[in-house]
Amino acid sequence: MTSTEQTDVLVIGSGFGGAIAAYHLAAGGAKVVVLERGPWLTADEFDQDFEIGKSFTRIFDFTLGEGMSLLSGNCVGGGSVVYFATMPRAPKFVFERQGSIGRRMWPASVTRESLDPWYDRVSEALPVTMTSWDEVPYAGGLWAAACNHAGRTANPVPSAVDVSMCTNCNWMMAGCKFDAKRSLLLNYLPGAISHGAEIRPLHEVQYLSRNDDGGYRVHYSTVDEVDYRVHHTSGTIDAKIVILAAGAGATPVILQRSEETLGAMPHAVGRYFSGNGERLNTAVMNEDRVRDVLGLSRENGLAYAANQIGRGPVVATWDHLDANLPEYERFSLEQLYFPPGLGTILAQVPDAEGPSWFGVEKKELMRQWPSWLTIFTMSEDDNEGVFGPPPPTGNANRISQQMLGQGALTYRPTKNTRRGWDLSDAEVREILEKDGLSRVMPWTNDVVGAYTVHPLSSCRIGDDPETSALDERHELRNHPGIFVTDGSAVPGALTVNPALTIAALAERAMPGIVRAARERGVAVTYVGSLPGADAGQATRTPSLDLV
Amino acid sequence: MTLEAYADTIVPGERRTPDDRAIAGVSVGGGAVASGAVELLELPGSGLGEMLEGFMAMLNGHAEEYAAEQSLTLDESVPAFVALPFPDRTALVVRLTAQDHPEKGVWIGLAMFSNMAFDSAAHMPTLDALAAGHPGLLTIGYLKPEPDGVWRFPRFSYGRALSQLHPHTTATGSPA
Ligand SMILES: Cc1cc2nc3c(=O)[nH]c(=O)nc-3n(C[C@H](O)[C@H](O)[C@H](O)COP(=O)(O)OP(=O)(O)OC[C@H]3O[C@@H](n4cnc5c(N)ncnc54)[C@H](O)[C@@H]3O)c2cc1C
Repeated sequence: MTSTEQTDVLVIGSGFGGAIAAYHLAAGGAKVVVLERGPWLTADEFDQDFEIGKSFTRIFDFTLGEGMSLLSGNCVGGGSVVYFATMPRAPKFVFERQGSIGRRMWPASVTRESLDPWYDRVSEALPVTMTSWDEVPYAGGLWAAACNHAGRTANPVPSAVDVSMCTNCNWMMAGCKFDAKRSLLLNYLPGAISHGAEIRPLHEVQYLSRNDDGGYRVHYSTVDEVDYRVHHTSGTIDAKIVILAAGAGATPVILQRSEETLGAMPHAVGRYFSGNGERLNTAVMNEDRVRDVLGLSRENGLAYAANQIGRGPVVATWDHLDANLPEYERFSLEQLYFPPGLGTILAQVPDAEGPSWFGVEKKELMRQWPSWLTIFTMSEDDNEGVFGPPPPTGNANRISQQMLGQGALTYRPTKNTRRGWDLSDAEVREILEKDGLSRVMPWTNDVVGAYTVHPLSSCRIGDDPETSALDERHELRNHPGIFVTDGSAVPGALTVNPALTIAALAERAMPGIVRAARERGVAVTYVGSLPGADAGQATRTPSLDLV
Repeated sequence: MTLEAYADTIVPGERRTPDDRAIAGVSVGGGAVASGAVELLELPGSGLGEMLEGFMAMLNGHAEEYAAEQSLTLDESVPAFVALPFPDRTALVVRLTAQDHPEKGVWIGLAMFSNMAFDSAAHMPTLDALAAGHPGLLTIGYLKPEPDGVWRFPRFSYGRALSQLHPHTTATGSPA
């Protein structure tokens, strides 16, 4: 018989929600174990390589759903390792949104004002800094110049990249081999480890059950380090409290699978999923017009042709983030980079006579790839995503050894969501087709549905038990001692990149979670420190136990 | 051969020999096949290897049905999908990848891997692909790394302010 381990706090997932919880609870004196489904890679293992099996596929997940596909991180550090580190705060009006429920969907206690101190803390810990114009890569500069030419405004966006170390290689999605990107591997996770937290990679949590003492038993299996479809062993760990932070595509699935052992879940578990209203447009820039109309030029007589150079989204226009506009008409537009392999298949040919996303004309469009400019919409969707019955393990039926899987999410965009997309498509076109600068087409939704890198809201906080799975302290309703601190807790789309808001909410939840842990007999205090001197590179512990 | 013809419908290329049957030869320069689509699909990492034969049988079945419906007579010396003229291969793929087609997932999956072979040479190390003049990476104009094999772009910025900021930008650089 295998014995069950004991810990005070068990954290599931090591992205923003998981790492922040692990740090504060460990710093406060609790025994913390983090189970993470993906591998643990450090800077020297991040490859600039598209070959299957390199870090690009090892640390990434692409989950196909019905009407919506999700991209997320799959490694220690979660989405922070693959993300672009663009870190704006959400605008004030977001917290007043009503969305599909017809009344304010955020808890009364959460406003931009009440969240600002928590935003400040995360901004200090990573850190997040402003980007200056002379650090803005060509693509962002081009987007800014086009916005300006069309009478719009544009801003360099706050970022967690240390630009003094950045080489503008645009390989951020495979992990930053220069550690210029301030992922969680450089702050909260090493901070947690220095206070005794243990991180176990390649451990996928399947479900939870309740023990007689009111604590929980966490059931996991270990994942093969090459073929993630293969699971080797299974095990259990008992904890006084459990923090779920597996991401908005996985947290509700673990809870759904736990219904058999834990009893009924709140109605909102696995419902109200939001893709952050995301939408992509690709413009094919006319190099001559970029030179003549916008007056841009770079080395060797080129005007732009710099799609490959840079570092993800750096410049956004916030002209439509206007509190006076009706809901579903507000959005931001940000320039973005997707590497080939993921970022070309969905781009469509303007005025295609044959199929628009494959075939002869599409190949011709690919010849102009260096002159592509991709624009990313983040708008107000309708929280219309719903998760169906969970797959046998994890949150997807894995198709490939790594990266690709089929999940149970269904997303049927409502009229409201489509309206926001249409308005933003029209705005992108107005800016980028002005004076013949380019031709623009949105990415097709026909191939893999809509597409999100910002899954949110599948297990959200709120004051109303009918429409929120968590109370405003992030505790799962009717299941005391289980907390959710990741993107699934965010009530709705944010109109900007979400990681800073997810992190700020996790920071905000910590004093309450520490209190709850104390009530459950854990000797822990809320210290309120931030990872600092103790947070060098997250070194892997020699005691690492994979089987 | 059928798999090649499918990949060539997604990213078409030029014929390898004048009597190449799988590649329709409707585009200048290498397409998905020359870029390694079949190699990629057959790698264990793709997870599709063992199913490919079944998929191709299904595809040829669809091609036969399509030909009957369009009153096309197919050359029986090659698989049915290969025997279809390029515009008909395209029309069939449009049908198979349509929103409401029950096998859509399969055909989209194969299309994604075909495209990936072309634009990122995912079946081999990227440095080797670039050194060997991989047709897809060449077509998209993917820039080479520095001599040590690492990508760095020391010149990356127009280096000046290019727009007015939003008037309600806060001190932290975020929207208000
Ligand atoms: C390509 C890309 C670019 C992005 N760029 C930005 C950006 O510039 N700015 C921004 O704000 N946001 C960005 N994001 C989004 C950002 O990464 C996410 O919003 C954020 O990471 C979500 O944090 P989280 O804590 O909710 O979950 P995650 O960071 O996704 O962490 C969840 C973790 O849980 C693990 N896990 C899942 N299931 C299990 C299980 N069963 N057992 C154990 N572990 C499990 C996962 O492997 C993962 O590591 C980007 C995302 C992607 C994919």
